[in-house]
Amino acid sequence: MLDRIVGTRRAAEGNGHLAVEAGLVTDATQLAAGRPTAWQAVQTARNITRPHALEIIGRVFDRFQELHGDRAFRDDPAIVGGIAELAGRPVVIVAQQKGASTEENIQRNFGMPYPEGYRKAIRLYRLAEKFHLPLVTLVDTPGAYPGPEAEERGQAEAIASSIQLMTRLATPIVVVVLGEGGSGGALALGVGDVVLALENATYSVISPEGCAAILWRSASEAERAAAAMKLAGPDLLDTGVVDALIREPAGGAHTDHDATAAAIKTALVAQVERLARVPMADLLSLRYERFRAFGTIVEPSSGQAPAPPQPWWRRMLRNPMRGGES
Amino acid sequence: MRLRNPFGRKPKEFPSHLWTQCPMCGEMLFNKQLERNNRVCQKCGHHFKLDAAGRIELLADPRSFSETEADMVSSDPLGFVDSKPYPERIAAAQAKSGHKDAVLTGDATISGIPIVLAVMDFEFMGGSMGSVVGEKLTRAAERAFAERKPLVIVSASGGARMQEGTIALMQLAKTVAALARLDEARIPFISVLTDPTTGGVLASFASLGDIVLAEPGALIGFSGARVTSETIGEKLPKGFQRAEFLLEHGFVDQVVPRPQLKERIAFFLNSFRIAGQDLRWSL
Repeated sequence: MLDRIVGTRRAAEGNGHLAVEAGLVTDATQLAAGRPTAWQAVQTARNITRPHALEIIGRVFDRFQELHGDRAFRDDPAIVGGIAELAGRPVVIVAQQKGASTEENIQRNFGMPYPEGYRKAIRLYRLAEKFHLPLVTLVDTPGAYPGPEAEERGQAEAIASSIQLMTRLATPIVVVVLGEGGSGGALALGVGDVVLALENATYSVISPEGCAAILWRSASEAERAAAAMKLAGPDLLDTGVVDALIREPAGGAHTDHDATAAAIKTALVAQVERLARVPMADLLSLRYERFRAFGTIVEPSSGQAPAPPQPWWRRMLRNPMRGGES
Repeated sequence: MRLRNPFGRKPKEFPSHLWTQCPMCGEMLFNKQLERNNRVCQKCGHHFKLDAAGRIELLADPRSFSETEADMVSSDPLGFVDSKPYPERIAAAQAKSGHKDAVLTGDATISGIPIVLAVMDFEFMGGSMGSVVGEKLTRAAERAFAERKPLVIVSASGGARMQEGTIALMQLAKTVAALARLDEARIPFISVLTDPTTGGVLASFASLGDIVLAEPGALIGFSGARVTSETIGEKLPKGFQRAEFLLEHGFVDQVVPRPQLKERIAFFLNSFRIAGQDLRWSL
């Protein structure tokens, strides 16, 4: 249903003219052959010269006014947000900000938000809902900060509340994964009606290093973990985690920031335009269904439970002629 | 090489199937007594991990629990292989725990109050949340919503199940979205955090209870020790991420010793029922 209305991935198989028109990749087969390996995608997504949120915001949106602070503790520089115009339409933006240099990265905490960052995001989501502004979020984080201060201030609670608010926020939400989509810290900005990603972006349940540290007990197995977790763009398209990919310039987004931003702008304008026409009640139930559908479960097809296995002597009593076989 | 006298007496030790040593006070505990005491050390009150069956016995009224979706199993969406293939891990965990996945859900009564109960089992792959856990919990929440019964979830989990990749991450959003509907319908949800509750489980449904209770000494935190030391190169101080620490910092309502857990949950459920002035939790 979501696809029929907003023309995203699965609709592309039926009548995907809208999505393709917006320059989006809705099927992994549309990508050029010789796609990068998972580990190459991880490296590209982490490239320090890749355009980060504020650069993208400056090129995609007009008249961006940044808003600061969570009104409770402090302003987290790893999450930026504010109000801007997207092709003339005011929108609320919330984004994770990495640095383009070591100094900036230290100031931005390498794009790893603290709980107050997520609480700032929550505040801005409420603002978007209150004034009926579409919400655009840009995801680019290795993960939420895992240090002692973050634990003290309730990192898990902040993320959980942020995810929950997004699932029921009464305004259209478009998510763009710019670089790294690192676990719950990314999902706290990642619940939307449409989830887009740049071609070389990754989105994973845990960082490859973290996965390797747990499953292989050694961070040096990260490359193998990255491949096993299927975290690169085409895989995300296959699993439906991402509705469509935004093409990057040849060689990756870091080679041409302007072209990357232009592609993002085209996609965003089309999606926000489309979502704004969907009645709010439909939008919310479609968003619920979008995330409700994730899961690969197997249930025994019949509603009836299979008969419990019987001991050999009882089978024998039932059917002594056939050696107990029924 | 020294040969052993096969007839000689073996050194005396405590047979492990009969005795358990308390890691806190060092007391040797007779297993049967430990079970009778709901796996709480009689001497120092240390709470051992309790499996799903024991937890249900502790919380639900006798014979009131009827399991739903008992046969749901996970497939292997990624074809994930670490030291062994994911389906083999599942099979081993099923054989070890006797359950199909890391959560049991069903209907039960607590002190006569009908509820939907979900209990996670840490024994099953570290209680990790994959598709099955996400789906069962979501259905539990949806059933609570449809039947207007309160929901109680007892968490014990290391977080999202890495072997299911990003699909496992999406279970955070899925479960939380279902709880949002409960919240809007004003149906109580009580979250009980037991040892351990970390990662994606704490960063989703487990943190969002109307009431959040924790067991004494339980490890509760966002990031596991290995991820923290991998990311920031230092270890978390001792005593961090314990139930009492979360209580002090305002992220759980109460730390409740296991023997009082049932009556405490019943108390809250009863209070909410009175507030709604309706047996069906109002509209």
